[in-house]
Amino acid sequence: MVNRILALLVKELLANLRDKRGRLVLIVPPLIQLFIFSFAATQEVKNQTLAILNLDHGRPALALERDFMAAATFGAVLHLRRAEEIPEVIDRQQAIAVLWIPADFSRELEGGGTARAGFILDGRKTNAAQIVQGYAQRILEAYRAEWSGRGQAGGVHLEARNWFNPNLDFRWYTVPSLVCILTTVVGLLVTGLSVAREREMGTFEQLLVSPLRPLEILIGKALPALLIAMVEGALIVLIGVTVLGVPLNGSLPLLFAAMAVFLLAIIGVGLFVSSLSMTQQQAVLGAFLFLVPATILSGFASPIENMPHWLQTLSYGNPLRYFMTISRGIFLKDVSAAVVWAQTWPMAIIACVTLTLATWLFKKRME
Amino acid sequence: MDASALVIENLSYRYDKGAPLALDGLSALIRPGIVTGLVGPDGAGKTTLLRLLTGLLRPTAGSLRVFGLDTRDQAEKLQRLIGYMPQKFGLYEDLSVGQNLRLYADLHDVTGAERQRALARLLAFTGLEPFQDRLAGRLSGGMKQKLGLACALIRKPRLLLLDEPSVGVDPVSRRELWRMVGELVDAETAVIWSTAYLDEAERCREVLLLDGGRLLFSGPPGTLTERVAGRCFQVRGISGDRRRVLARALQQAEVQDGIVQGRDVRIVLRSGQAPPAPEPFAAGAEARLVPVPPRFEDAYVDILGGGPGGVSALAEAMRPLPGEREATVEAAGLSKRFGDFTAVSGIGFSIRRGEIFGLLGPNGAGKSTTFKMLCGLLRPSAGGSRVGGFDLRAAPGKARSHLGYMAQKFSLYGDLSTRQNLEFFAGVYGLAGARRKESVTRMIEIFGLTPHLKASARELPLGFKQRLALACAVMHEPPVLFLDEPTSGVDPLTRREFWTHINGLVERGVTVLVTTHFMDEAEYCDRLGLIYRGRMIACGAPDDLKAQVASAALPDPTLEETFIALLRQWDEGEGAKA
Repeated sequence: MVNRILALLVKELLANLRDKRGRLVLIVPPLIQLFIFSFAATQEVKNQTLAILNLDHGRPALALERDFMAAATFGAVLHLRRAEEIPEVIDRQQAIAVLWIPADFSRELEGGGTARAGFILDGRKTNAAQIVQGYAQRILEAYRAEWSGRGQAGGVHLEARNWFNPNLDFRWYTVPSLVCILTTVVGLLVTGLSVAREREMGTFEQLLVSPLRPLEILIGKALPALLIAMVEGALIVLIGVTVLGVPLNGSLPLLFAAMAVFLLAIIGVGLFVSSLSMTQQQAVLGAFLFLVPATILSGFASPIENMPHWLQTLSYGNPLRYFMTISRGIFLKDVSAAVVWAQTWPMAIIACVTLTLATWLFKKRME
Repeated sequence: MDASALVIENLSYRYDKGAPLALDGLSALIRPGIVTGLVGPDGAGKTTLLRLLTGLLRPTAGSLRVFGLDTRDQAEKLQRLIGYMPQKFGLYEDLSVGQNLRLYADLHDVTGAERQRALARLLAFTGLEPFQDRLAGRLSGGMKQKLGLACALIRKPRLLLLDEPSVGVDPVSRRELWRMVGELVDAETAVIWSTAYLDEAERCREVLLLDGGRLLFSGPPGTLTERVAGRCFQVRGISGDRRRVLARALQQAEVQDGIVQGRDVRIVLRSGQAPPAPEPFAAGAEARLVPVPPRFEDAYVDILGGGPGGVSALAEAMRPLPGEREATVEAAGLSKRFGDFTAVSGIGFSIRRGEIFGLLGPNGAGKSTTFKMLCGLLRPSAGGSRVGGFDLRAAPGKARSHLGYMAQKFSLYGDLSTRQNLEFFAGVYGLAGARRKESVTRMIEIFGLTPHLKASARELPLGFKQRLALACAVMHEPPVLFLDEPTSGVDPLTRREFWTHINGLVERGVTVLVTTHFMDEAEYCDRLGLIYRGRMIACGAPDDLKAQVASAALPDPTLEETFIALLRQWDEGEGAKA
């Protein structure tokens, strides 16, 4: 039995890796994605243009204007003269936000009253607008602290420290997530295509009339995919740490152990898809039917806590959710084995379910 | 310049720079009003020539003029005159018969009332009218080819190019294809029919015979056949094993080619040789040599330099299997229902050790379903089967390790090299360590695979694919071999080599079950089972079946005539019941 599975394993690896094109397909696209995601998919807001309409010529108003202009967030500042210009600037997306300082700003502030300034944001860019608003709030807080400090001694000063990612480098967040997503893609596609490819080529019947049992065929299909995806994962970790400069604070063996359990769950899904599909085309579609929702429900793009309750419940069945937590934890925090285990056992249960389902379907479809 | 015909002058073609010429200095004239056969071994350049004629490829040297149009610069004009049916015709399997026809009509700008007329004509012509709404993917092989032909005929072409249209098609459908093409030919139309079936070539008025890109012969097939006149004999009255007689005959210096024909052995002598005495064949006291009329196939093998020898290195290297003539493959009451449809009903037979049993039947009659149940790929709705004494359902692993399997598409792994394929199948059949190494080496030697060891199986020439597939199927020395249309689309020389091995293995006690559409191949079988409408309607030795249908009108029927007559008898019997 071991011999037969070994023969199948070698064959699968060769089928995937023997020709140059096959190797390129497995290695190059994930690397391209790694680089594109790390450089392009940043959620930081940089190089945005701010428009300022300052109708006040008092010192406090000028100081506020200066504070905003000095902020690193805004690459360029556009000075407006009349309120009528505001809609146009936002409409044409010449600026993401407009700071509007009314004529009575300085008077109110110096008179001890509440000075009001307007901040108009481009709501079409929901996410960026929110972040810019955050920046504006911070600038304003500093400004307020300065003004109140002048009047009376004391005052509250907020000192923010970002733990685990002091400079909030977005790449530190992306690369650990990509370790999860790209290994998923590879594991899913290698298994998803393997049975479908044999069906298309007519070799599948040849396998079925050999002494190989269905379970042996499945093991022979799962192991090579696990191996290939693990190597791919290692490659991404390596590039992430050396080229992209992401720190790896935690234990590498723990990361790979968790990755193996995670991949088994994914491979179960892949084999399930593969048993269902008659052609490779169907297999690819099936794989993406799983991949896209699983990525979105993993907390990669938006926090799971922000999702409606029923989707949050659904996400407990998503292996990516757990591995995402583990990967970030090990990269940035050096989490303990206990923490990793707490996220690993649910994946182990999911793996058992998907692999069992795949085996059941595979046997059923052979009739 | 003859504008009514196809003029080929000094035509050469190579696919890539540095590659050998696929066609080498070909000159020929193809006339309208007749069917011209295009024959030759695999890789001879048949498909290349057809593609050059369509203008899809441009000649490397020389010229090609079709009805006065040069394929080089008038291809577009020319393509409106051509109907082309490639080996795998591009039918859309998810569209119905009618939708496929309408699509091809639209693609050829046949619209409106003209389209209606064309569709009605073609549906009636092909007999596909009752199946208009059936999905093309659900048609049998023969019906698919008819639909493909119909699509190629949407606009009545002046030149019809058919690339092996009858591969994988049963004799009944094959006859219908011939009838359809025959009706199409008129004084204006030229038809080129490429084929690996030489009985088909014999029916063509003229034949082009290619080998290695060169034209070996062009003219009426009868002219070629004359070269073997007086050299063809049958050894009749054989007592004992006719396969051994064939093997011994092929070892005689005077004999250049031979095949089994039912109870008899057909041999062709080398030119200028007197017929030998039958004694060295050890065919028994009754045996005698009877001169028979030559066939095109005899001449074809002759011009290509004779057939392979009679000795199978594969069988030589194999130990004789112990045992008597007990039943090794048994099927009883095999039935399969798919929903309401009964595909196979109550089929039973048993095959003895060292016997070749052939399953014949029209496409879609239940032959493949039966075969799949026998190898355990399908679970029977009722009945069961045993291989080597093991129930395929109860002990599938054990039963399967007794089984060697080879399918029509030579199920090899195209991405793997020759050696990797061998090692994989050795591993799957549980050969390990020294035994694996030894059997892989043995297969490489026996089948002469050394020059191709590192090549991907996908890139192997067809003949080598066939050898490799056989090697993979037999390297674990199975006592039972299941062959599913093993030589479909393969030329006669490769087929002879294949059967030399099978005959040798059977000698050693291997049991063979084979499905085929080749009547030549069926002649090698000890017994045949004819499957029709899900039942086995006849079973017996080829000669007994022939005797069963022989009549005053048809005193000496060929196997193909027998096949068709048996189907007709059954239809009449059933018709009378209904």
